[in-house]
Amino acid sequence: MSLRRTFAIVLRQVYLIRGSFSRVFPLFAWVAIDIVLWGFLTHYLNTVASPGFNFVPALLGAVLLWDFFIRIMQGVTMAFFEDVWSRNFLNIFATPLLISEYVGGLVLSSIFSSLIGVAVMLVIAVACFKLSLLIYGAMAIPFLLVLFLFGISLGVFGSALVLRFGPASEWFIWPIPALISPFAGVLYPVSTLPEWMRHISRILPPSYVFEGLRAVISGGTVSGVALAWSGCLAGGYILLAYWYFTRVYRHALRTGLIARYSAESLS
Amino acid sequence: MMKILSITALRKVYGGTVAVDEISFEVDRHEIVGLLGPNGAGKTTTINMILGVLEPDAGTIRIEGLDIALRRSPAIARTNFAAVYAPLPGNLTVSQNLRVFGLLYGVKDLPERIDELLKQFDLEAFRDKRCGVLSSGEQTRVGLAKAMLNHPHLLLLDEPTASLDPATAREIRATIHDYAKEAGSGVLWTSHNMYEVEDICDRVLFLSRGRILLEGNPKTLPAEHGKKTLEELFIAVAREPLTLGVA
Repeated sequence: MSLRRTFAIVLRQVYLIRGSFSRVFPLFAWVAIDIVLWGFLTHYLNTVASPGFNFVPALLGAVLLWDFFIRIMQGVTMAFFEDVWSRNFLNIFATPLLISEYVGGLVLSSIFSSLIGVAVMLVIAVACFKLSLLIYGAMAIPFLLVLFLFGISLGVFGSALVLRFGPASEWFIWPIPALISPFAGVLYPVSTLPEWMRHISRILPPSYVFEGLRAVISGGTVSGVALAWSGCLAGGYILLAYWYFTRVYRHALRTGLIARYSAESLS
Repeated sequence: MMKILSITALRKVYGGTVAVDEISFEVDRHEIVGLLGPNGAGKTTTINMILGVLEPDAGTIRIEGLDIALRRSPAIARTNFAAVYAPLPGNLTVSQNLRVFGLLYGVKDLPERIDELLKQFDLEAFRDKRCGVLSSGEQTRVGLAKAMLNHPHLLLLDEPTASLDPATAREIRATIHDYAKEAGSGVLWTSHNMYEVEDICDRVLFLSRGRILLEGNPKTLPAEHGKKTLEELFIAVAREPLTLGVA
């Protein structure tokens, strides 16, 4: 595996982001609006709800973590879409680049681009709405790690779907976080959900994170086993997503899709 | 001495259509080989298989002895390509594109190499221009600069001069000719410009319906088949291969 080739994929993304305000703006604009919206809502809830419960770490903190997950996922897919939009597959895949290097480059690109959004979210949440991350203590690290891994897995899976089904299918990728959120229990306990939805929650790593987050805030203890299980689930999803990506890539090599990739070449 | 490119019984079928039908050929060092044929003859399919972006159904491709099915990355590192249908990303500048692809091909002393190529292909004025705003001829030259980045031992050129004016096309032909002869590289060149093919190619392969129908020196091949020019021979191969007794 060549770090230089992986770095080339990251560098391409850095050049694109550096040279285009329309690429920089979405990195922080929507998450900033989200944090402002939920920041005011939590403040309002604090004024009308019974005293003693602070909605800021419960809701605003959850929204911040959820947006972090979305940014990680979209960081991967956006870096991949750049090759789709510029019809660059033939040039890219006719180089010595390995698939592991390419996917590694997408992941590193996502970390780079997500840092911008995360930094903006943190500044607004901490400075304007007095969200203290210290309240989560050391648990903040596994929470972020699980969400990061799951975001990467969905990003790689989404990229594979677009490679398989063509550029038009990118519209199936954008709503994936919204589809998952009701099951993940971002804003409410999973116990609120009907039984059939709870079955789905159990296979979603973020649901363990948000249950843990609420447990920390309410002064309870986080189940280490549950959190470890969510980490294993997220790691397993990464392996599955990578397996699917390589499978789709092999299919694209057999069918000539890589060489002829365009909106017109696929249904 | 080991051939730069060695292809054996290469075959590709799309659905029920045979795009490439068990072709075999070699490209030697210092040699420029023209891959000719009408649209749909299998030229681009062949090039895509050599580039490793299309998997053959059968046959082997060896680049300096490396089987690309088994050792794709080191084999592909010895190649590069330019094609009129594969422009570099228009949202990056010329130098950014060359930097990114230089890293992908593992080019040593990359900044110096980029400077050399910008000069060689008369692109210095466009160094910081986005490729998407360049004329088609300028984009073609950027693509050729990319193709030369890693001093490829095997250079694949799919209609490389299609959007160039005659003067620039001649310069590019001379550059690639000198490169092949001096660096000892092999070049596989497709073109529909028979004048160009006759001018630059040491040997041509005529493809039709996925098969190699004719092979030989472009300067003598027409006479060997009762034709005055390479273009006449091309038309005969494209329209009536049976009349040549080769189909």
